[in-house]
Amino acid sequence: MTTTFPPSSSAPPASNSGGLMAWLRKNLFNNWLNGILTVAISAMLVWVGMSFLEWAFTVAQWSVIPANWQLYFVGRYPNDQYWRLWAIFGLVAILSGLSWGILARNTAQLFTKTALICLGLLGVFGVIMPAPLTSRLLFLGAVILLAAAAWGGRQLGHSVAGIGRWISFAWIASFFVVMWLLAGGFGLESVSTGNWGGLLLTLFISVVSILLCFPMGVLLALGRQSSLPVVRLLSVLYIEIIRGVPLIAILFIGQNMIPLFLPQGMRPDNVYRAILGLTLFSAAYLAENVRGGLQAIPRGQMEAAHALGLNPALTTMLIILPQALKISIPAIVGQFISLFQDTTLLSIVSILELLGISRSILANPSFIGRYWEVYLFIGVIYWLFCYLMSIGSRRIEASLNTEH
Amino acid sequence: MLFAATLSVATLTACTTPETTDDAAADGDEAAPTATAEGSLLSAIRDRGTLVCGVEGSIPGFSFVESDGSYSGLDVDVCRAVAAAVFETSEVDDLIEYRNLDSTERFTALAGGEVDMLSRNTTWTSSRDAAGGNGMEFAPTTFYDGQGMMVTTASGIQTLEDLEGRSVCVETGTTTELNLADRMRELGVNYNEVKFQDSDATYAAYAEGRCEAVTSDRSQLAARRTTLPSPDEHALLDVTMSKEPLGPVTMNNDSEWFDVVKWVTYGLVQAEEFGITQDSVQEALQSENPEIRRFLGVEGDLGSQLGLSNEFMVYAVEAVGNYGEVYERNIGGQLGIDRGLNMLWTDGGLMYSPPFR
Amino acid sequence: MTPTGDREERIPIWRDQRFWNIAFQVLALAAVILLLTTLFGNALRTLQSQGRQFNFDFLGNPASFNIGESVIPYQTQDPYWKAFLVGLLNTLRLIVVGFVLTTIIGIFAGIASFSNNWLVKKISQVYVELIRNTPLLLQLFAWYFGVIFGLAGDQPRRLLRAIFITKRQGGGVFIPWFTGEPVSLTSFGLLIAAAIAAVVLWRWRIHVMETQGASGQPQAIALAVLGIVSIFLFFFGLAWQFPQPTEAGGVTGGLRMSLEYAAILAGLVFYTGAFIAEIVRAGIQAVSKGQWEAGRALGLDAGKLMRLIVFPQALRVIIPSLNSQYMNLAKNSSLALAIGYPDIYSTASTTFNQTGRPIEVFILIAATYLTINLVISLAMNSLNRAVELKER
Repeated sequence: MTTTFPPSSSAPPASNSGGLMAWLRKNLFNNWLNGILTVAISAMLVWVGMSFLEWAFTVAQWSVIPANWQLYFVGRYPNDQYWRLWAIFGLVAILSGLSWGILARNTAQLFTKTALICLGLLGVFGVIMPAPLTSRLLFLGAVILLAAAAWGGRQLGHSVAGIGRWISFAWIASFFVVMWLLAGGFGLESVSTGNWGGLLLTLFISVVSILLCFPMGVLLALGRQSSLPVVRLLSVLYIEIIRGVPLIAILFIGQNMIPLFLPQGMRPDNVYRAILGLTLFSAAYLAENVRGGLQAIPRGQMEAAHALGLNPALTTMLIILPQALKISIPAIVGQFISLFQDTTLLSIVSILELLGISRSILANPSFIGRYWEVYLFIGVIYWLFCYLMSIGSRRIEASLNTEH
Repeated sequence: MLFAATLSVATLTACTTPETTDDAAADGDEAAPTATAEGSLLSAIRDRGTLVCGVEGSIPGFSFVESDGSYSGLDVDVCRAVAAAVFETSEVDDLIEYRNLDSTERFTALAGGEVDMLSRNTTWTSSRDAAGGNGMEFAPTTFYDGQGMMVTTASGIQTLEDLEGRSVCVETGTTTELNLADRMRELGVNYNEVKFQDSDATYAAYAEGRCEAVTSDRSQLAARRTTLPSPDEHALLDVTMSKEPLGPVTMNNDSEWFDVVKWVTYGLVQAEEFGITQDSVQEALQSENPEIRRFLGVEGDLGSQLGLSNEFMVYAVEAVGNYGEVYERNIGGQLGIDRGLNMLWTDGGLMYSPPFR
Repeated sequence: MTPTGDREERIPIWRDQRFWNIAFQVLALAAVILLLTTLFGNALRTLQSQGRQFNFDFLGNPASFNIGESVIPYQTQDPYWKAFLVGLLNTLRLIVVGFVLTTIIGIFAGIASFSNNWLVKKISQVYVELIRNTPLLLQLFAWYFGVIFGLAGDQPRRLLRAIFITKRQGGGVFIPWFTGEPVSLTSFGLLIAAAIAAVVLWRWRIHVMETQGASGQPQAIALAVLGIVSIFLFFFGLAWQFPQPTEAGGVTGGLRMSLEYAAILAGLVFYTGAFIAEIVRAGIQAVSKGQWEAGRALGLDAGKLMRLIVFPQALRVIIPSLNSQYMNLAKNSSLALAIGYPDIYSTASTTFNQTGRPIEVFILIAATYLTINLVISLAMNSLNRAVELKER
């Protein structure tokens, strides 16, 4: 699908070519049908907007958001251990900044208008968020850290060759540091998964599931394309059975059957069981996405690799897989986005991720009936994360696109 | 692919083991935290240092999450009392891990050893108790309840027969659901049932007027009624469709642990009978009354017979107060539900503890 | 696979690709079997130690729970298998209607993203971005608690002149529907016959136009007549019945959908529709630019260009991807339990609850959804073949 020719009808709005009126005439009132449509839609939009504003300022009781601010973001994580979460936040900010700077090292300008707007929005959020002053300062600090790291990353990217590889290592290493900071042990007070919650738990579950399901999905895809009949059959069976069953049924196994299947006395935590369920589920879908990429690799690539004397394993590792993964990036990220969204189903099995904790908050006698405010609030959070992921995917796709 | 599967299972279980059995691992055979033939859950809990308590998590008055992230409610206080007795301290908030369980998974969670005890609005029934049924052990009832029906006053419903053709909201997976079906079949009333997976959705739908009636335990209905936008527009029908004795639950085949939960629960009632409150428990230690002295472990070894310290009830009462205080704090004061059947036997209720001796 | 030659017998076994192929497969198979037997062995042991069994006998026991809505008569003393059947029919009722509506919405929104009306284009884009980037479960709650309960009041409310929505007396959304009278049924049969006749006529017309160079005029006239008759039948023969509010505050007539059904249907249809819109958009973009230009050079207007040139070609790209969206809709229908619609998953969940038989219930759920998805795949594959054949 690389040959996309945007038809002329979807040309960008050329507002500067002939003034506002000309633009309006061209894009909204170019014939009587469109005129009617425009008027009708505008009227509807105005009505919807007005009723929303009226609701938001007169009916809605937004106190349910600030009163439970901590719960939404970190659940029941112990108060005196918050510094660990801030440390994680800072670490992620630094690494993101470095990666951003390094990726953008060859662009003309690091802090483009979009980037500045995003940083500004983060800053504004940090200022207005209904949290204690220290939290706001820490948040602003992290934003500054992000910007500084980006600048530093750009300098490093220019001076140190092969820095990209190091940053990948840093990400991998940071995962273990984050795990240690979150769960504790080795000198830190341990915090059990039962006390993780809210957005923190949602992100944790999604990230770990994504990390686990990726290799499994790739292996399954290779298995499905394998020339060995038994391996192929097993992969196909797994993929098709999992893809044929709703996620909620898989989570049902996780909650009700995994304890049955394991030897007596073994009881994985319900968060880990949820991760297992999500991983097993997503891996099957990911396998299909990767398979699409594998099938798109021309046969000549494999033959050329053979001719060079590479054995099948090396051919796959060095020639086929990198190309296949590149092609399937949009599909893979799409799968990650749906995995992120699928974590909401965990609220049905009583895990207090973002939606789950919201429903718990709604049971508090002081906040019963405030679900519209709460759902809107967490809806925005989910939307932001998914939207950022999809934008990121488009960026990566564009930067990896070596075809001309 | 399968390697990946086994690998992830292995890593996942590996991830979880250190946390649950940190110290117990050294003891070897005590590593398994579930109740097997030898080794009671009691020692496993002590070794682990935390009590894992299964609660509902969204019933006002019984268990819900406060804005600061702590749990409160009557069911929660029972967990706290048990933890206080086991860990011999009245500061138990860091020693308990709460698990929210919905009605469908609560028994599997207990049977799988995921939680040590349930304190989650669970009705004591024969099939749940029986070894051939769910195989649970029911500690004494902490709340005598009965299934009721709340209706909107606007609907004009007075009796169950008036529900003909109306909608009733109900939570699935509960005895409530079955009682309602039985009762309505008996009366020959055709009603429209709207079933939800959790209580939040059930009451949200009722509050929005999806149903003219909602059925559940009377206590829950009364609690929820106070939290509805205009409580006066809702009324409880004067029917009790079933007996619902609610209490803590443990797994079968572990009488040592069961006895602990059972007698701590009784102890809260007994404390009220003795008039020992959260504030007066230290004074009561000086009491001359031999019964109180035995109860609080000043004399005798009632506690160590149960595998606890002799002062276990001191810690429990210090942590949560006596049954009357627990009731008043969570149910009576906040939700305004009369004690009714939950009075002490001396006041005409059903709360009666066997003697501590 | 491996180079075979006369030196074959000299290759040591550990360097023989075939040996490793076989050994690897045997190992993989053994690992799977070992894993499965261990897991099931554990499960059986656990079940045994808890005094439970593994069999499907419970399906014959009375279910003794009620089900909110059912297409077939169901009573609480009916056996579990019948409760399952009721749930299955409810699921099918949901997904079949869902397929039709979501396809319409998806195609509509997909094409709208190419509209030359800026507002329409933007709305289509916002719709897709908004829906695709928020979780379905959250959307379902919003539909049920926000939209449906926001619209439905104590008094029946009239929407778009002909639809009624109310919370009272069982509640529901009432849409105009035809009565089940003989006249109506006959008209319905005639309409189907007319549709078949139209397809035959159309093919015949193409055939004579291609092979004989005929004008196709007579067939076109016949088609037009058929069309007029069908429209007439549709409006007057079907005996449409419009819902009417009653004095008691209820609604009679028309087709009643429960509020839960309406909410889950709307949620699924709009969610899946956004994905289909994206597929349609990509499909249309995949049609090469030359086709657009050629169409424009022929003097076709935008509507005809889309309808006659671009969309039929885009279909070849679109249809294979639709398959997985339909499967997703079918699977996502299991979220119905969150908002109280008694589908198969919800019924199964209640059954598990009452019987405490996780494995049996799971097998039933998995088998049901696998079958549904298999049927969808088969249907879509044959549709795909039909589209492919048109390539000449």
